[in-house]
Amino acid sequence: MASAIKIQNLNVILGKDFEALKNISLDLSIGKIIGFIGPSGAGKTTLIRSIVGRQKLAKGSINVFGLPAGDKHLRNDVSYMTQESSVYSDLTVIENLHYFATMHDVTRQTMPSEIKRLLEVVGLTSQAKQLVGSLSGGQKQRVSLAIALIGKPRLMVLDEPTVGLDPLLREQLWALFRKFSEAGITLIISSHVMDEAERCDELVLIREGEVLTHDTPANFCKKTSSKTVEQGFVKLVGGRK
Amino acid sequence: MSPLKTLTTTQRVLKQLSHDPRTLALVLLVPLLLIVLLRYVFYENTVLFNGIAPMLLGIFPLAMMFLVTSIATLRERTSGTLDRLMTEPISKADFIFGYAIAFSVIGFIQASLASIVILGVFDVTVMGGTLPVLITAVSAAFLGTTLGLFVSVFARNEFQAVQLIMPILMPQILLCGLFTPRDQMAPALEWLSNVFPVTYSVDAMQQVAMHTHWGSQLTRDLAIILGCGIVALFLGAATIRRKE
Repeated sequence: MASAIKIQNLNVILGKDFEALKNISLDLSIGKIIGFIGPSGAGKTTLIRSIVGRQKLAKGSINVFGLPAGDKHLRNDVSYMTQESSVYSDLTVIENLHYFATMHDVTRQTMPSEIKRLLEVVGLTSQAKQLVGSLSGGQKQRVSLAIALIGKPRLMVLDEPTVGLDPLLREQLWALFRKFSEAGITLIISSHVMDEAERCDELVLIREGEVLTHDTPANFCKKTSSKTVEQGFVKLVGGRK
Repeated sequence: MSPLKTLTTTQRVLKQLSHDPRTLALVLLVPLLLIVLLRYVFYENTVLFNGIAPMLLGIFPLAMMFLVTSIATLRERTSGTLDRLMTEPISKADFIFGYAIAFSVIGFIQASLASIVILGVFDVTVMGGTLPVLITAVSAAFLGTTLGLFVSVFARNEFQAVQLIMPILMPQILLCGLFTPRDQMAPALEWLSNVFPVTYSVDAMQQVAMHTHWGSQLTRDLAIILGCGIVALFLGAATIRRKE
């Protein structure tokens, strides 16, 4: 299987001497939904920021589609949705999409159809002219997701996209992620909610800056002889202590 | 850098403001009210007001744009949008210049309104004419914007951003010659005022007010203002990092 992301001996230091990531090596394959799962403070966001090229690395290397993370030529291929919704709340949905689409060199001619497509994918067509600040949390999240979809990215990196959303909305978002994945997009999705791990193709369990395991959810459950990923995680961590 | 992306950023910032009419009203109208207030503070002393009013046109656009820009860019940092933009195909120059142009436009509108009140309503005579007044006022607004962009780096939150006007702008306003001619201040302060950029925006307005023709000192003042503005822009761009 071709690899989308190759991480070798990655170390990241935050602040003066906090080792946020300790000697991480990972090989993530193209076209999968990869879950970065772990408790808050485990280093998920730091790993994500490293992959999108926002984080200074202390040691090691990250290659994304064969280029060093953060490379100029990756900016069209990799989209990043931060933990905050990172949209302009004092602009309408359309104005937000229009701005980010221009940054991705969507031309004036194709702009209307691109915006229409994005709105349809995330199901916000009827909210298009509303200010983002007046939308609900789930709708805001979907605006942010629509922005991440601009310009047909090959890799989408989504930091806790479903946090704080109601079960129905989470279901909707996961259906979308599945759809993106079927279109050939590689997705990295972080979550501290263990049951989300079961929906991923691959699972990367992270704790205290270290990767505990990288496997499919089914394999992981088998190995730890657990019914759920959560159970497996507890067994694994408990066993270490 | 791409002119289209720069101008789209400008347009985006202006649209954000247009969705916030209260802020827009505060930025555009408050200086006018303050000018009216001052006019009646100097009720019996029209001569003094005539001397001060043009100088205010060098200060108001600068101070207002400083405040608005520093908070707008701070919001961009805290809301995560800057974080996202730095992974997108946009250059830092597009971002910074987009902001600088947007707030210079607002500064221009504000300065025009203030000029109408001072020159039109209160009949203050400016020897140099209206156009040099506007050119100087826009330069002042540009300087305020760039200083605001740069300084927002040093603020972690809105409280700090608002407070920064005290250590950074207030001393410059106190020493710029508005309260007392600069050559009558303690020598050390006069020297200090020579290195403060606000001094030159106020001096430029005085030049416009006193001389019928465009003098070399006015050109020098404007060159210093724009120079400081450009330096602040580069410093501001340097503080935005793709990798943190």
